[in-house]
Amino acid sequence: MTINTLAKGGCHREQMACFRKMEKVIVAMQDPDMGMKMRNQRLLITVIPHAMTGHDIIAWLTHKYRISEEESLHLGNMLVKYGYIYPLKEPRCLVLRPDESPYRFQVRPLSMSILPTFYNPAIYLAKKNIRKQGELMEYEKERYSLLHKRINHTWDFVVMQAREQLRASKQRRKADRIVLECQEQAYWLINRPPIKYECIEHIKGSSSCLCLQIEACRKALGRNRVKSSICLEGFLKYSEQYLNHDPIMQGCLPSNPWISDDTAHWTMNAEIVPVPTRLRVERWSFSFMELLNDAMGRREFMTYLEKEFSAENLYFWQACEDIRHGESSKIVEKVEDIYKNFLAPGAARWVNIDSKTMDKTLEGIKRPHRFVMDDAQMHIYFLMKKDSYPRYLKSDLYKNMLAKAIVPQETKKSVFPFMRRQRHSSPSPAQTATQAAEEEGLAKGAGANSAAGSHF
Amino acid sequence: MCVCVCVCVCVCVCVCVCVCVCVCVCVHFYLNCNNMKYMRSPPTPEMATQEVPLNETLAHLKTESETLKSKLEEERAKLHDVELHQVAEKVEGLGQFVMKTRRTLKGHGNKVLCMDWCKDKRRIVSSSQDGKVIVWDAFTTNKEHAVTMPCTWVMACAYAPSGCAVACGGLDNKCSVYPLSLDKNENLAAKKKSVAMHTNYLSACSFTNSDMQILTSSGDGTCALWDVESGQLLQSFHGHAADVLCLDLAPSETGNTFVSGGCDKKANVWDMRSGQCIQSFETHESDINSVRYYPSGDAFASGSDDATCRLYDLRADREVAIYSKDSIIFGVSSVDFSLSGRLLFGGYNDYTINVWDVLKGTRVSILFGHENRVSTLRVSPDGTAFCTGSWDHTLRIWA
Repeated sequence: MTINTLAKGGCHREQMACFRKMEKVIVAMQDPDMGMKMRNQRLLITVIPHAMTGHDIIAWLTHKYRISEEESLHLGNMLVKYGYIYPLKEPRCLVLRPDESPYRFQVRPLSMSILPTFYNPAIYLAKKNIRKQGELMEYEKERYSLLHKRINHTWDFVVMQAREQLRASKQRRKADRIVLECQEQAYWLINRPPIKYECIEHIKGSSSCLCLQIEACRKALGRNRVKSSICLEGFLKYSEQYLNHDPIMQGCLPSNPWISDDTAHWTMNAEIVPVPTRLRVERWSFSFMELLNDAMGRREFMTYLEKEFSAENLYFWQACEDIRHGESSKIVEKVEDIYKNFLAPGAARWVNIDSKTMDKTLEGIKRPHRFVMDDAQMHIYFLMKKDSYPRYLKSDLYKNMLAKAIVPQETKKSVFPFMRRQRHSSPSPAQTATQAAEEEGLAKGAGANSAAGSHF
Repeated sequence: MCVCVCVCVCVCVCVCVCVCVCVCVCVHFYLNCNNMKYMRSPPTPEMATQEVPLNETLAHLKTESETLKSKLEEERAKLHDVELHQVAEKVEGLGQFVMKTRRTLKGHGNKVLCMDWCKDKRRIVSSSQDGKVIVWDAFTTNKEHAVTMPCTWVMACAYAPSGCAVACGGLDNKCSVYPLSLDKNENLAAKKKSVAMHTNYLSACSFTNSDMQILTSSGDGTCALWDVESGQLLQSFHGHAADVLCLDLAPSETGNTFVSGGCDKKANVWDMRSGQCIQSFETHESDINSVRYYPSGDAFASGSDDATCRLYDLRADREVAIYSKDSIIFGVSSVDFSLSGRLLFGGYNDYTINVWDVLKGTRVSILFGHENRVSTLRVSPDGTAFCTGSWDHTLRIWA
């Protein structure tokens, strides 16, 4: 669905697919063999033929689609709301009741040219106006006056037709009258006149669009693909590996803050903690990206690299990330810094890149842009991933971290389960940033004024 | 220049010969002139096409496009040796699923259209039809900031990775960034920065790995990457034939791609550096309202008005699963994965949330609670809960 249709009140585009599906359900319900069993239903003292109860509808849906009763009630409600089934008791209230209330299938015109007369909006409103002696609803009043203006020349005919229909209905059997009235009312409740809208279609030079598509297809034909069996195994492995880390699947220790109102889980897993949890440290071994994405993991890895005298790799990688995601205005100066510190011959933290990449990068530096370091960065990333990372996982540093890591105790449910823990606020990330800036300012001003202490 | 010399015929014998020659010369000249100016040369193949009406060229392109597409499907099918649910037979089934609404956030005066989590795992930003953008601490349900946009239908909002700003936009065709100030008296709207400019409504926006760049998608059929500081357009992405409704950034090592879904029923994967569309998938039967990457980055899920969610594998280059049920009739507005990728949550237009087992393809649970359509759904950054926003003016946290 697009806003262009929504904002102007229509939603036909998106609902086309829904209507088709709902009609499938209705057709199945009306199937002579497997569909709903229609019977006479009692409405107070009148007997309505060929109707069904709310309870029957729910039972049929539950059986047919193998869903719960709650879901059947929900689905049935939708069918009533969209007018495929209408209620005979309280026809203004389009709700499915799971009891003996009678319902019927709405009549759908096969072709708009042979409309039963009750589909004519003018006649319907004229009838209502006469019956209710002018007491129409607001939107009905509007529509009535609009129609009156539009077909003023045939208005006498409309009123005459309306009077005829009202007279004829008085002579009908009560059962028929009730059914027809409900049918009509339900139809008009659903089919309130839509506000006209213009569907904005994008006809973007069809031939250029097709040319793009052809190009894309040609490229796609040439790509390498991996067998499904291999790819799909990947999903199984991933889900299994992360199962214990998925709080919705396995719960989390000590408890899920949203359920227990206890924020211990978040405190224990904050960005920097004295001792990390075991699950967190385990996760560093899943992939190199997991290690680098965790601030503590990265810090640990840096410590390890310092010991191995290859820390310049990680510093270089971080500096390149900074260029890629940083401000456009600082790119040139940052590239300069990287060259000075990492690439220039005799640099303090010279990184070992293969000559081809080095040449390409040095060439690119002459015209620095956001992605100029990409090749070099990727080279160093994969170097660390293939070499330093596996050795880190086997190192004592990592193993000790894992051994020290805490496994939180599951919080026992409180003695009074209905008593809620107090929910404490946490400092907003925006606040920590402002505070840091304030502290900087204070430090700068400390020289000029005597230290005033914190002021809040 | 045409020179026509008419010579009268002389009866004299010696003259006859002369006359004949003259006539020949005249005719020769005449014929040449006509060739150059008046007579058309026999049509060459190129010229023939130019004279053929444009419709036929379009038809020709269409047939070529169709032929290539079916060839592509054939190629994709060759390597498809097994279905996901078959591979997943050996995996244990999921037990009873109990998730409830743990928080209800009330405060919006109209339909909630979009929301996003902050990296601190408890704060969220939400936007609604009446132009209000609210930042909440979802844990305490307190509202921390509120901004009124100058337009209605704010369909996109995003939290900056630092937690210090939010971006939002909608019918104003722009994406604006608001730095979050803690001074209660300060008008957030005063520090607003207009970053993106499209020629139609903004449907989605997302910060990339930092506060400095924003990726947007729009009803004008394009996506674009912007520099926040300068408002400069860094890259634009053309290829959708209709409104682009959603996008998601890939969690890959190289972090250079994103996927977008649109009203042309296509999901496209783009290279952020070059602006090229690297992969395209067209199996949905209606508008794609939401796309989300699988946590490993090797696949993505999409939700559409055709009431199905589908999983596309990027290495196999094809759709590998469809999540649908006959009793599910209404479109999907929003999808997201649980942390391990085992569960797929879908927010539907019939007010419900369906939970799918990604591997087995079965529906695990259906959640009721909202009183109008669910317009947005996101799992929290640490996977402890997910949040839904609805046209019933509320947001709910489920866990």
